[in-house]
Amino acid sequence: MTAMTMVEAIRDAHMIAMERDDRVVVFGEDVGFFGGVFRCTQGLQERFGDHRCFDAPINESAIVGAAIGMAAYGLRPCVEMQFADYMYPAYDQIVSEAARLRHRSAGDFSAPIVVRMPSGGGIFGGQTHSQSPEALFTHVAGLTTVVVSNPYDAKGLLIAAIEDEDPVVFLEPKRVYNGPFDGHHDRPVVPWSKHPLGEVPDGYYAIPLGEARVHRTGSDLTVLTYGTLVHVAETAANERDIDAEIIDLRTLVPLDVDTIVESVVKTGRCLVLHEATVTSGFGAELSATVQERCFYHLEAPIVRVAGWDTPYPHALEWSYFPGPERVGRAMQEVLAA
Amino acid sequence: MKKPALDEKVERVALMRKQLVRVLDDDGSAVGEWVPDLSADAKIAGLRDMMTVRSFDARMLRAHRQGKISFYMQALGEEAIACAQQRALRPGDMHFPTYRQQGLLIAAGYPIVQMMNQILSNEQDPLKGRQLPVLYSAKSHGFFSISGNLATQYPQAVGWAMASAMRGDTAIASAWIGEGASAENDFHAALVMASTYQAPVILNIVNNHWAISTPEDFARGASATFADRGYGFSIPAIRVDGNDYLAAYAASQWAAERARSNLGPTLIEWITLRRGAHSTSDDPSVYRPEHESEQFPLADPVERLRQHLVALGEWDDDRHRDLQHEIDTEIESAFAEADSHGSVKSGVVPSPATMFDDVYAELPRHLREQRDQVGE
Ligand SMILES: Cc1ncc(C[n+]2csc(CCOP(=O)(O)OP(=O)(O)O)c2C)c(N)n1
Ligand SMILES: [Mg+2]
Repeated sequence: MTAMTMVEAIRDAHMIAMERDDRVVVFGEDVGFFGGVFRCTQGLQERFGDHRCFDAPINESAIVGAAIGMAAYGLRPCVEMQFADYMYPAYDQIVSEAARLRHRSAGDFSAPIVVRMPSGGGIFGGQTHSQSPEALFTHVAGLTTVVVSNPYDAKGLLIAAIEDEDPVVFLEPKRVYNGPFDGHHDRPVVPWSKHPLGEVPDGYYAIPLGEARVHRTGSDLTVLTYGTLVHVAETAANERDIDAEIIDLRTLVPLDVDTIVESVVKTGRCLVLHEATVTSGFGAELSATVQERCFYHLEAPIVRVAGWDTPYPHALEWSYFPGPERVGRAMQEVLAA
Repeated sequence: MKKPALDEKVERVALMRKQLVRVLDDDGSAVGEWVPDLSADAKIAGLRDMMTVRSFDARMLRAHRQGKISFYMQALGEEAIACAQQRALRPGDMHFPTYRQQGLLIAAGYPIVQMMNQILSNEQDPLKGRQLPVLYSAKSHGFFSISGNLATQYPQAVGWAMASAMRGDTAIASAWIGEGASAENDFHAALVMASTYQAPVILNIVNNHWAISTPEDFARGASATFADRGYGFSIPAIRVDGNDYLAAYAASQWAAERARSNLGPTLIEWITLRRGAHSTSDDPSVYRPEHESEQFPLADPVERLRQHLVALGEWDDDRHRDLQHEIDTEIESAFAEADSHGSVKSGVVPSPATMFDDVYAELPRHLREQRDQVGE
């Protein structure tokens, strides 16, 4: 075991995947020599050479398009979008190409690529360094969408994503790169070294895609969430002494329906949380799933707390971000109903 | 270097994409066919613009170190290009800038305090705290809203120019992009559109040799220059010494006149150097050769124009010192005023309810409900 930040865990996952399989190649903007603007690929070029880890011109569509071509040849590309907000030029390649290649060629070709991207707010990034576009991927047949919340999961899931036979979109909420952000932006940052999920096993391990993790067991209500808000939910529950069961979904598609149903059947109450805009967000899918499968066990309406339907504002970041106050109030609302 | 007629055939200017337009020689004399017709006062105004940008940048970097602002991007070493082009174009023209063209606003006389209010994201911020610092918008000063997404502005500039032509207007557009971002699809999309419709647009590529940590050749590929990009689209393309205020003025004026005379787009590759870090979030010591700035062959734009004015007998050390002092004082008092209106760091920012304005022209029902919840 080694104490790691999420950045270090992601780096370690790359190292191990590249070591085990020489078909794994890593590239993106500022990814090679510099090691990425968030340093997630630091040391890879030095260790594996610039044929395995390299800088790309600033063209996201070329990065993903080339990754698809390399995958078609037989490589296993794992590429970085510098920010999730900058994946849009690559969206056509992801949605129309990577996602459907296997289906349209009846299995003749496939696109086993990973597209990593830092997502989410909390760093005063304004509208183009704060987005959580997961629902733009979960809506697309053929994609696997992962959102990580901690170093332990990030390493195991990234290794699994690289080994997966199909395209995986891998979102890394940047606010938890260096610590489990509790949502209180005015308090000192707690480092991962002080958190059990910052303890990362050495060497190889993979966490299967499609499995949620029960972050905290409880009996009052079920909180379905992922990414940064896992920690915010935990803080809110602790602050209000609520016995919440918090489920970190980890993989959004394919969704771990069994873990969700088991929990909601037990608690009878459900709160859905995410940072992305609420309308047509992944929370809508979660609410519908719970309603379809647990209706007769529900004792209260399902409540969603999410980002407002506005671009992510720079100065009003903390009025936008669903922090412990809003989340805690919603928990009480669900309990009172 | 020869200065071609405005309507020179594109094949006859083709070689200019490999050459370098310069006016100021190493001694500060203005030489050759590209010498612009500028009075001494106009040159002094140019010097003042550049020095104001530099002083502004220095003050903002200090504000960042003081913890007053969240982010900043300076234009150190590249000031001449935007400052000169602004003066060479006309009111009514529209620039589609990147985050490194603060010189356009300053040379257009946009209020310094307003720029600072935007950077501080305070109560007086014209963009209501919505945008990251330096992503200004100023239609009144011919400055299109800056996007965080690279290259998107390039085809938009072409469209603006096409609209002007469609309406028989004489206004032109000017597109700006960094050499790194010229690798994006949108850059190439803009060129095909500009070429097909012969849009009255200037296509600027600022080659400051770096895109964050990546040297310019990653975007340039096997081409010798970025100006080469124009050739395949039959767009006249020239390379210009971007640290030479007079060359920047002359080349901008030439391209603007071509556009205004219905002779179509012109691509200009500006050769310069990003002397500072990419942004306040960047540490170039990890990737950058140590003495690059000193070894760069094109000397500092402010110093070169100053040297030229001294050689003309229009300038001296005392006047320079006085001007510097005057500018620094102006910047300092502007900052004091802006700072008194609060900042993103002090929490004196626009009210949360304002977040819901301008998502649409009219506030729809779901946003009205959300706005009510924010107030709770
Ligand atoms: C679509 C998109 N991809 C990536 C980025 C991240 N990014 C911001 S600036 C930058 C480098 C741009 O370099 P260049 O175009 O040379 O401009 P310079 O910073 O040198 O002025 C990058 C990669 C972005 N803003 N938008
Ligand atoms: Mg550049």
